[in-house]
Formats: sequence, structure tokens, C-alpha cells
Amino acid sequence: MDHLRAHADALEAELSQEVSLGTTIMAATFDGGVVLGADSRTSTGNYIANRVTDKLTQLTDRVYVCRSGSAADTQAISAYVQFYLHQHQMELNDKILVKTAATLATKLVYTNKEMLQAGLIVAGYDSRKGGQVYAVPLGGTLVKVPFSVGGSGSAYIYGFCDRNWRPGMSEADCEAFVKKAVGLALSRDGSSGGCIRTVVITKDGVRRSFLPNDKIPPSYGNLSFQGRTAMPVD
Amino acid sequence: MTQGGFAFDLCGRNDYLERRGIKPPRFTKTGTTIAGLIFKDGVVLGADTRSTSDTTVADKNCEKIHYIAPNIYCCGAGTAADTENVTGMISSSLELHRYATGRSSRVITALTMLKTHLFKYQGHVSAALVLGGVDFNGPHLFTVYPHGSTDSLPYCTMGSGSLNAMAVFEDGYKEDLTKEEGMELVARAIRSGIYNDLGSGSNVDLCIITKDGVEYLRNYQRLQDKTYERQFPVKYSVGTAPVVREKVYKLGVDVLVVEGEPEEAMDTS
Repeated sequence: MDHLRAHADALEAELSQEVSLGTTIMAATFDGGVVLGADSRTSTGNYIANRVTDKLTQLTDRVYVCRSGSAADTQAISAYVQFYLHQHQMELNDKILVKTAATLATKLVYTNKEMLQAGLIVAGYDSRKGGQVYAVPLGGTLVKVPFSVGGSGSAYIYGFCDRNWRPGMSEADCEAFVKKAVGLALSRDGSSGGCIRTVVITKDGVRRSFLPNDKIPPSYGNLSFQGRTAMPVD
Repeated sequence: MTQGGFAFDLCGRNDYLERRGIKPPRFTKTGTTIAGLIFKDGVVLGADTRSTSDTTVADKNCEKIHYIAPNIYCCGAGTAADTENVTGMISSSLELHRYATGRSSRVITALTMLKTHLFKYQGHVSAALVLGGVDFNGPHLFTVYPHGSTDSLPYCTMGSGSLNAMAVFEDGYKEDLTKEEGMELVARAIRSGIYNDLGSGSNVDLCIITKDGVEYLRNYQRLQDKTYERQFPVKYSVGTAPVVREKVYKLGVDVLVVEGEPEEAMDTS
């Protein structure tokens, strides 16, 4: 009975741990907009609390954020930024700038850095500067970048992204690039997994897409899935 | 001299006692299996009924499906006191909100109030919840974690038995279940927690919420009833103990009973 009790205690300790997004997230600019991508895994210890999570959260009409770190913290931050931007929008009577959203996010992350565990990527489109990506990492700095990767899975794909991202890509090429990168990361990172979600933001609007786990193209070195043979990356 | 504020003297004492290896008393936890799913026209919530204090079963038939609003209910796991109070607080605020607005409550409102409260307390209010209800926008189901993060899912489980229950859901869930199929699947999920998880046990409670109303099925299935119930007070049928012998004694003093008024009337003025 004792070993059962020990097992139950360990289980309880694990389940009451903080829910975190061991994650792969990224965003990349292209000619006329941005693509955001994320896996869909949320874990508490060894347990997957949600296998179809949506880590791409809408902040305004044309601005989204990729969330990594503590689920509770990043949801709270997103809610605050949404609220402030909503008010700002009513006063401004114009489209929100991506930079405004990113600055608000950094303000919250930086001033509460001791309390929070949040790595964000704010990305979107505005008519002034087109598609933009802002990285807001753990300490709360704000960096404008042409593309950014984040979360535990990002370590596996820095090389791939550095090699394959090019300025002035087409929308389709950029979306394919993001999907491939996230796919590679979630096949190597144990804390990332599930499905691939992407959001494409252009001047014409927002388009979401969802790639179920069994539709992710296997890369060279992976086991084949349901009879499909492993294919090389390119 | 009088002083205001709190005295923290006892914190030092408690610290000292803990350093000396004396264990502080443990909270009553509901090591629990709770679950919920969305079916064709509503949600089904389910819970076991065991409440534990460390390794002891504190209550064999407690209620874990809490009332939030007439169209919203909430299953609670974690520290019993926290789940009870946090659901009670939110249900009070929502009732006032209904009086103020004259509209029925929405599930997203309850969710936002719960998560802001839990986030504020940084996980110290240990309530893990499955929140379900039907409102103007249709059926909704959410999980809420003690740190204040939330998920929106078509089927979800919580508590120490969540792994057992989720295994059943992953096997049996499909879209547009009928009410009966939904009830059976949730009951099966809770049963797998009751039978296979140490922290869960006793009975299955169900709560079915549709746009037409709520069915709260307390003890929908009684799984661990006693096979024999002791009667109290014990009733013996006449003749259970046979009279073996009979003997009549005459008392040493004769008592003389005299009829009529007492010699001196009692003063009752």
C-alpha cells in the first residue's frame, strides 16, 4: 500500500505544479504581412494538460501575440494588453500600431519581471510599417526583428530559420517556412507537440490555419506514421 | 501602549516547531476525479464524492459539483475549503450582477472572475475547477488551474484521477453525443477514477445542464455501499431471550397506601 501512496503523492505533486507552455512559437515577416506559428501542447510536469491549446492570442484587429512560459501569467498579460488597447482604440479612432501593443506588453513584463514567467512575440500589421515582429523575452526587453522564435523548442530550429528565412518572401512561402520550422521543433522537443496553428496577418485581414498532428509531414529521420514513409526535409 | 495591526509572533514559534520536526496540520484535500463534456445540446459535469485528509477519508459522500448560477455549475478539486469558498464568492457576485443587469449570467463572466481571483492569489488558493454551463451563446466548458490559467475544451478532467478519466474520454468521446451517451461516458470516466485512483472513491454525482434547465443527479451511481447496514437501536423480537426461571420476593417493609386528601394542604400561594 505504501508504494501506491507514494505514487499518488508524486502524482498529486505533479498535477498541482504550475501549468506551463513548454513550447515552440515563432513569427516571421514577409512582403505585406506576418505569419505567426505555434505548437499546441500545454503541460503540468509530465502530464499534457491540453493537447489542442491556442497559443496565438488576438490583441487587436491586426495584432496577435505568441505566448510561452507560464500559462497563467501570459493569459493575464494578454488580457491586460487587450483591455488597454481596447481603450486606446476608442480614443484613437484609428488602427492600432503593432509597436504600441508590443510596448504595452514590455511595460507589463518589465515592471513585474520578478513575478512573471512570460516570453512573448508580438506580431501584426499596420499601414505605417506593414508587417512587424517584436520579441518580448523573459526580462522584458523589446526587440524589433524580421523573424523570431521562442519557447523550449526554439533551440532546435535557430539554424533552420537562419538558413531559410529570406527578406521579401511571398505569403505562401512564409507560411510554409513557419509550418516547417514548427514541425521540426515539435518533433525534436519533448515539451512541444500536438498540432501546428498558424495565423497570417496582412492588410486584407487575418487568416487562421490548423494542421492536425497526423497531417504534419514527417521529416527525414522520423518514424513513418500510418504507412507514410519518412521524407527528407526538402 | 496599544498598537494596531497584526502580531506575527506566532510565525516565529511555528517556524521553530517546524524546524524541530513537528508537522503542521494538513488541509482537507479533495483528492478527486472530476470531469465534464459538451454533448449535442448542453454539458454534463461529473464528480466522485470522496474527501480526504492526508491518508484518511474525511467524508465518504461529499458534494463536489457546486452551484454558480441557475445555468452554470462548477466541479472543484484541490483544497476543499478553497473550492467551496471561491465558488461561493463568484456565485454571490454573479447573483448581484444579475440583479443589476436583469440578464442571466454568462459562463465567460464566471470564468473571468474565477481566473482573476486565482491569479491574484498566485496559486495559494488551491482550487482546480471544471466550469460548465449553457448561456445565450450556447454550451461552454472550461478548466481552471490554481494559478489562474484556463483552457476551453470539448471534454476535460481534473484532480488526482484526471489521468484515469481522460483515458476514458480519449477513447470514447465523439462530437454530438446524445444526453444518455454523454451521461454514460462521464459516469464511466468518474468510475475509472473511483476504482483506480487512491484519492477518489465512493459515488458518482452528475449534473446535466441544457438550455431547458438543470438536472442535478446526486449519487447517480452508488458504488461502495455497505452490503449490510447495522440497525440502531437494535430491535429484538419477543422471545429472543427465553424465561428460564421465575422467583418472586416479598419486600421487607409493607407499604400502606391510604386513599383521600393529604393531612396538610400544600401552600401554593
